[in-house]
Amino acid sequence: MLETLPTAFLYLLAAPLLALLPRGALRAALLLVVPVLAALQVWSLPLGNLVQVEFFGLTLDLMRVDKLSRIFALIFCIAAFLGNLYAWHVKDVVQQAAALLYAGAAIGAVFAGDLVTLFFYWEGTAISSVFLIWARRTEGAFHTGMRYLIVQIGSGVILLAGVIVMYAETGSIAFERMELGSLATWLIFIAFGMKCAFPLLHNWLQDAYPAATVTGTVILSAFTTKLAVYSLARGFAGTEILIYIGAIMTLFPIFYAVIENDLRRVLAYSLNNQLGFMVVGIGIGTELALNGTAAHAFAHILYKALLFMSVGAVLFRTGTAKGSELGGLYKTMPLTMIFCVIGAASISAFPLFSGFVTKSLILSAAAKEHYYIIWGILLFASAGVFHHSGIKIPYFAFFAHDSGKRPKEAPWNMLLAMGLASFLCIAVGVYPAPLYALLPFEVDYDSYTTTHVITQLQLLFFSALAFTVLMRTGIYPPELKSVNLDTDWTYRRLLPRLIGWIAGPVGAMFWGLDNAKGAWLQGLIVRLYHAYGPQGRTSQFWPTGAMVLWIAVLLGVALMVSYVS
Amino acid sequence: MATEMVPHTALTLVDQLPAFQILASFLAAPLIVVLGSRRLAWPIAFIASAMSLIVALMLLSQVMDGTVISYRMGGWAPPLGIEYRVDAANAFVLVLVSAISTLILPYARTSFGKEIPLRHHTAFYAAYLLCFSGLLGVTITGDAFNVFVFLEVSSLSTYVLIAMGAERDKRALTAAYDYLIMGTIGATFFVIGIGFLYMATGTLNMADIADRIVEQGGNRTIRAGFAFIVVGIGLKVAMYPLHRWLPNAYTYAPSAVTAFVAATSTKVAVYVLLRFIFSVFQPNFLFEFNTLEYIILPFALIAMFAASFVAIFQSDFKMMLAFSSIAQIGYILLGIAFLTETGVTAAVVHLFNHGITKAALFMAVGAYVFSANGSYYDTIQGLGRRMPLTSAAVVLAGFSLIGVPGTAGFVSKWVLVQAALEKGWWPVALLIVASSLLAVIYVWRVIEVLYLRATPQGCQVREAPASMLVPMWIAVLACIYFGLNTDLTIGAAETAARGLMSGSAGMR
Repeated sequence: MLETLPTAFLYLLAAPLLALLPRGALRAALLLVVPVLAALQVWSLPLGNLVQVEFFGLTLDLMRVDKLSRIFALIFCIAAFLGNLYAWHVKDVVQQAAALLYAGAAIGAVFAGDLVTLFFYWEGTAISSVFLIWARRTEGAFHTGMRYLIVQIGSGVILLAGVIVMYAETGSIAFERMELGSLATWLIFIAFGMKCAFPLLHNWLQDAYPAATVTGTVILSAFTTKLAVYSLARGFAGTEILIYIGAIMTLFPIFYAVIENDLRRVLAYSLNNQLGFMVVGIGIGTELALNGTAAHAFAHILYKALLFMSVGAVLFRTGTAKGSELGGLYKTMPLTMIFCVIGAASISAFPLFSGFVTKSLILSAAAKEHYYIIWGILLFASAGVFHHSGIKIPYFAFFAHDSGKRPKEAPWNMLLAMGLASFLCIAVGVYPAPLYALLPFEVDYDSYTTTHVITQLQLLFFSALAFTVLMRTGIYPPELKSVNLDTDWTYRRLLPRLIGWIAGPVGAMFWGLDNAKGAWLQGLIVRLYHAYGPQGRTSQFWPTGAMVLWIAVLLGVALMVSYVS
Repeated sequence: MATEMVPHTALTLVDQLPAFQILASFLAAPLIVVLGSRRLAWPIAFIASAMSLIVALMLLSQVMDGTVISYRMGGWAPPLGIEYRVDAANAFVLVLVSAISTLILPYARTSFGKEIPLRHHTAFYAAYLLCFSGLLGVTITGDAFNVFVFLEVSSLSTYVLIAMGAERDKRALTAAYDYLIMGTIGATFFVIGIGFLYMATGTLNMADIADRIVEQGGNRTIRAGFAFIVVGIGLKVAMYPLHRWLPNAYTYAPSAVTAFVAATSTKVAVYVLLRFIFSVFQPNFLFEFNTLEYIILPFALIAMFAASFVAIFQSDFKMMLAFSSIAQIGYILLGIAFLTETGVTAAVVHLFNHGITKAALFMAVGAYVFSANGSYYDTIQGLGRRMPLTSAAVVLAGFSLIGVPGTAGFVSKWVLVQAALEKGWWPVALLIVASSLLAVIYVWRVIEVLYLRATPQGCQVREAPASMLVPMWIAVLACIYFGLNTDLTIGAAETAARGLMSGSAGMR
């Protein structure tokens, strides 16, 4: 029975059930049971194209199970479980159903063996996820949701256009590796890129994720972008342009993240930066690199969810996620603090934490294919990640100047979810073999070589030490940046200067492009309104004479065309 | 001639079906007036309409395999006598028209109770039936002049029906007046065109005209006739820029009238256009080819965008739908302008699918007018929770309007895009998809108004009565059913397109 039912359907069928169940434990339990069942099913599925249906004369592959799709489906199930556990206390059926539908659509898309199925689920993730933003039910959240939805649906429409052109050109809708070059593949590429938050197509991410509900952000952070990463890995592995796109992606969010005050937005920027690593891996396209991408996506979902959960718990208890309004929370939220630090350590790729064993795969792949400049950029970006996610997030939230806030510890379900995520982060970091076994290709790689560990520790340990010393002696630096500046290690000393040096022009360039884009759009809408709005010429009332004139004109033209031919 | 196909002694009931198709409603209309009973008016109208639907379905089942039924009115043989001719193309339209009418009548009974003064009810149902039978007649007849007669029957009664909206909003009178002027000019052009054809061929039977035109080639008279007919019918179709009568007429007419007229009358006009372009004239005439490519195609594309933009900026739900209709007619005309079998299939399928979609939406608007006394966004804001069933219907039918997969609107747009690609016109295919995005925006505005704006304080609005909800939901479910099961619609449309594309040969 379970084998013939596509995994996505488990979620999609359970969503309407929610409404029937009484609010409370039973309903929340269903939200946990579904991902577990789905994960068990995915785990036990044989590889191959399992479910096919006929649709308009096309054969749709609903379940293409191979190693690449399996690992993404598994991590999506885990993310759905953690997210739902974290949201155990939520009573809002809209959010709960949206979470299930969203996870189901994402998993369905991952298993899609053809582009039409992919499109269906692609739009499914867009439509279901926006409710997690709207669930805040504020005016601002509504408008943010609208902007988010427009981008997401737009991506789907572009994808559909690409699929149609592709079908007309080749007669095939199979979702296989593509070569950039034709209109069809470019359209599909751009559609993927929009969801993957490519530079200049990224604004929706930082706009929308911090605007969702406390629990919604955790769920949002897991699926959409990683679905795009999966699609790129499936469709455009080894496309060289992705290396450069990915490199830019790892860089530019850093500058924004450093100056951002809203911690959830900082995390959104760092999410974008982490996606860059995966995109670089896809661009390199070797077995090692693709393994790295898949593994990094796996680890990334866990630690990013963990970080969003911990900041979310703070927001839940204090009502704010602004760095400037927080601080000193470690006194009353010690567990949340510990989990946050574990997440921060993972994202910063400390040895023995998950980020270390996965990110190094991508770095090694870049070095192995002789992309040294890219390798350098990635290294620089790693340091940047450590700066804004590894130090800034826990520091501003839990330490820094004492804000005087004494909130209660997070509720038990949040703690449990964070604890599980932390456990997984550490487990993957300490014993990566099971994760490596799941990867799409054979892994012959050991991340715990002496050079690796020492390089990484050099990069991180001095700053961590400096940070600890400052904490112990009670010298709270007024600005976080000074922690880095005080580190008397050359590489670290160089970094702030580099940031300052690059941030100016790069930031200005991005702001400029962003503003130009915004101004152009605004101007366009104003012009459209003048032409088509209620006062516009097109929609105004026409006197009868004008209508008759049009008839005469059209008749004249028609006669002319008929006579001339 | 078709003489050898149908023997003169056609006397079984089944053979008389084509005549029965018209007569049921055509006779019921005066019957209502003669009886003059307010209580009997609705039942008579409903029975007449239901019988028409049954007849139409029987006819469709007979012609689904591509056969053509030729019926002589009064036993006079064509081309002298009037011939009724049923093939897949018009049987399909007959089913659409009579199904919509049968669906809307129960709805109309409730909605008119509030919108039309009681003393007009009897006359109203008579006018409604006349309009209905006029539309059926236009569709079924095989005689060019007869088309004009029935077109006038339906048009004149439509003016009356629209003017009835004056009880609620006096602007209905100017709308009806404008439509009258425009409609009359259109009809005049049409009849002038037929006059030219008669001049050139000496016959009024459409199949006969077609044969003579092929013999003569395209001389000037025939070309002039073609131009007049296209522009005349184009006005009835509400082809951009001849569309201006439509928004006001739809907006200020009583709700049920709008639902009926929007779903059927432009569609019937489209059918006439199809019939003349493909069966009477030949698509391989250069002048026809050029007219389609240089006039209809660009205006169809403009309509898809201009009308959608106007719809986006509207503040009245009903007016928004009216403008969206103009944009959707753009899709249909686009399908015709492709001059390929797939294109015509798309046009015919969209004609049907858009008909049921718009019927559902306009019925929903009527429900708001009934319960909340208006269709302005300010009036209906926040009613998503107070009128859950109506609003859910708006959402689903709205999806069909956009063309979300799984709904009827998707099927026809899909075929249309395929037709564009078949011709190798990528940009056009992209434009179709892009204009669907505009539909997303204007449908979304309504959903936003209904669900995401706060309900006004002290709002006493209640859900519309079941008699309005049931027909509305039947139409909505049809939108979904025909989105999932495409055998009937696409099958019939393909047969129809094949028949139409084979030119005058398809007429026998």
